[in-house]
Amino acid sequence: MSSKKNFSLIIKDLIFTGLIATVLLIPIVGFRTEISTVDSTGLTFNYNFIIAFFVVAFVVGVRFLFHIYWFSKIQKKPQENSEKNKKKFLKKLNFYLGAAAAVIAFTLPFMPFANRYIVDVATLVLTYVMLGWGLNIVVGLAGLLDLGYVAFFAVGAYSYALLATTFDLSFWICLPLAGILAAFTGILLGFPVLRLRGDYLAIVTLGFGEIIRLILLNWYEFTGGPDGISRIPRPSFFGFPFARKSEDTTFHELFGLEYSTMHRIIFLYYLILILALITNFFTMKIRNLPVGRAWEALREDETACRAIGINPTNTKLTAFAIGAMFGGFAGSFFATRQGFVSPESFTFIESAIILAIVVLGGMGSQIGVVIASILLIGSTELFRELEQFRMLAFGLAMIIIMIVKPRGLLANREPSILLNKKNE
Amino acid sequence: MEYFLQQLINSLTLGSIYGLIAIGYTMVYGIIGMINFAHGDVFMIGSFVSLIAMVLLGVGTGAFLPLALLIVLLAAILVTSVYGWTLERVAYRPLRGSFRLAALITALGASIFLQNFVQVSQGAKIKPIQPIIQGGFTFFENGSMVVSFSYLQIFIIIITVILLSIFSYIISKTPLGRSQRACEQDLTMSKLLGINVDRTISITFIIGASLASVAGMMFVLYYGVIDFFIGFLTGIKAFTAAVLGGIGSIPGAVIGGLLIGLIETFWSAYFTIEYKDVAVFGILVIVLIFRPYGILGKPEVEKV
Repeated sequence: MSSKKNFSLIIKDLIFTGLIATVLLIPIVGFRTEISTVDSTGLTFNYNFIIAFFVVAFVVGVRFLFHIYWFSKIQKKPQENSEKNKKKFLKKLNFYLGAAAAVIAFTLPFMPFANRYIVDVATLVLTYVMLGWGLNIVVGLAGLLDLGYVAFFAVGAYSYALLATTFDLSFWICLPLAGILAAFTGILLGFPVLRLRGDYLAIVTLGFGEIIRLILLNWYEFTGGPDGISRIPRPSFFGFPFARKSEDTTFHELFGLEYSTMHRIIFLYYLILILALITNFFTMKIRNLPVGRAWEALREDETACRAIGINPTNTKLTAFAIGAMFGGFAGSFFATRQGFVSPESFTFIESAIILAIVVLGGMGSQIGVVIASILLIGSTELFRELEQFRMLAFGLAMIIIMIVKPRGLLANREPSILLNKKNE
Repeated sequence: MEYFLQQLINSLTLGSIYGLIAIGYTMVYGIIGMINFAHGDVFMIGSFVSLIAMVLLGVGTGAFLPLALLIVLLAAILVTSVYGWTLERVAYRPLRGSFRLAALITALGASIFLQNFVQVSQGAKIKPIQPIIQGGFTFFENGSMVVSFSYLQIFIIIITVILLSIFSYIISKTPLGRSQRACEQDLTMSKLLGINVDRTISITFIIGASLASVAGMMFVLYYGVIDFFIGFLTGIKAFTAAVLGGIGSIPGAVIGGLLIGLIETFWSAYFTIEYKDVAVFGILVIVLIFRPYGILGKPEVEKV
């Protein structure tokens, strides 16, 4: 194709893009409806045509850049890339990335640049990493599409909140209890529906997620309804509270340090780091146990599994329950960190974000979850000032990453077990 | 009894709205086997476009109400179907043939994007509108109990029936419908037989979006208030309707929509309004346990 013809094609395409963008943007962006100040009943318009025009121009510009990129890509000869080398490289990369991430994670609070804000963001990212790893058991290993994972997060958070506020139990007793309760919820919900496959399971789990949220919202006597539960006790350092003054020995007295509010923040950071690492360690180990292998086999072929005598319902239930348990742990951490829980924190969008982290990271890839969390949560958290545009960019990022890397950022699925040792 | 009748009429209206949205879900699922999570937000866009068109035309204040409503309807269909087309082109087509979850994630991303796009450009506040179609028949009066069939409800039901007849004509009689049904049965084979699969899928999205936009306009008229978040819950319930009716089956979507409308209205009328959504999802779970492929769905035959 001659470059002249190409050029005219590009121009045509750009005009078409511009037309489409105009139809899309002029009504919604151009006419901003506002409640009229005159009679306060009708709606009036705020005309934003200039903004709409700029957005259209922006879209056309992006399309143009896309064309240039595409054009230059075609000019190049596709490179032969041996599959094997790539796999080896990815495996190495995985290892080094994991090691580097662990080192950075452990030293982060003592870095010179680490202030309260950075440690807070890191804690949030780690919470999502833990949730991602928990969901990875269900989605990545067992292949069950769960769109209501946040329900277990909510059960964990509310269990912790209720146990701690009514019975005055300490964090270290509530944490396992919350995990167990979440796991039981997982079994309870999973039992009737795990015979369903694929998308039916997805919609039912979504429904359960909403049911749990609605119950939390409406069962006022038990959960406090939309007001939530406040004054959840903060965690203590194994019995030594983080306070300036207390009847008991406080943390800073114990270690003879100057009192600082950072102590608790850093403690919380390490708490979630260790909880997350436990999740990771557990997942890596269980993949090599019979139940873990059964999960992966079930993901690949359910019929074959039935034929060799694996009970699919029980196997799926264990995956569901264990995934739920880690969700519950993360939930109780969330409750103790916030000191306040309300149904608002457990909407469907959270489930979607956690699922996005798992899939964007590359299903089954542990380090991928970390990278996806940092990208999605960390980077959007840094742009908090752009409140409204943050989620806009979030949605866009989800689409773009998926289109560029449909298998996820780090997608290499190593078989957990091989018949013969690989001869390199 | 009067109360019951009244609720029946109300549920029919609500069910029409759900049914129209559910068709979009079920068609897309039938052809490319993905849950189009952004469809609920396409419905929301449709309701916003109708609202803007209504304010622009000053519907309700001027004369020629039917004409004005027709213009609003056409505007909503036009703009929203372009949204549906763009959605498929940008977010789903590059991932066709890729693994299943990838398309689900872009759908979720598109849903988040559309919601926040409308929130940024239209503001987060709710948008109220004056009732436009008022009055109705009262065909039963017994003391304080009145059974009435408002003109608005009649309008919604008639529009739904008209749209469904046009739609079923397109599906069953036209070449477009034939290629659509062929794609639903076997995408690869249809491609081999010379059907333009990309075009068929695009048109599917356009039809789905236009039906959703009509539902959006009805929603504005019926409830009189919208915000950027209505797409989520309505969309989820419409999808529930599609699953309930048997996903992939178009009559199933309509039946599912009516059933969801029925359950929701009667639950809020006779029990508690707070738990109406719990009832909807609860019924879905129960139906799926006993009939895992929905009411009209075909059980998948699994071959090894």
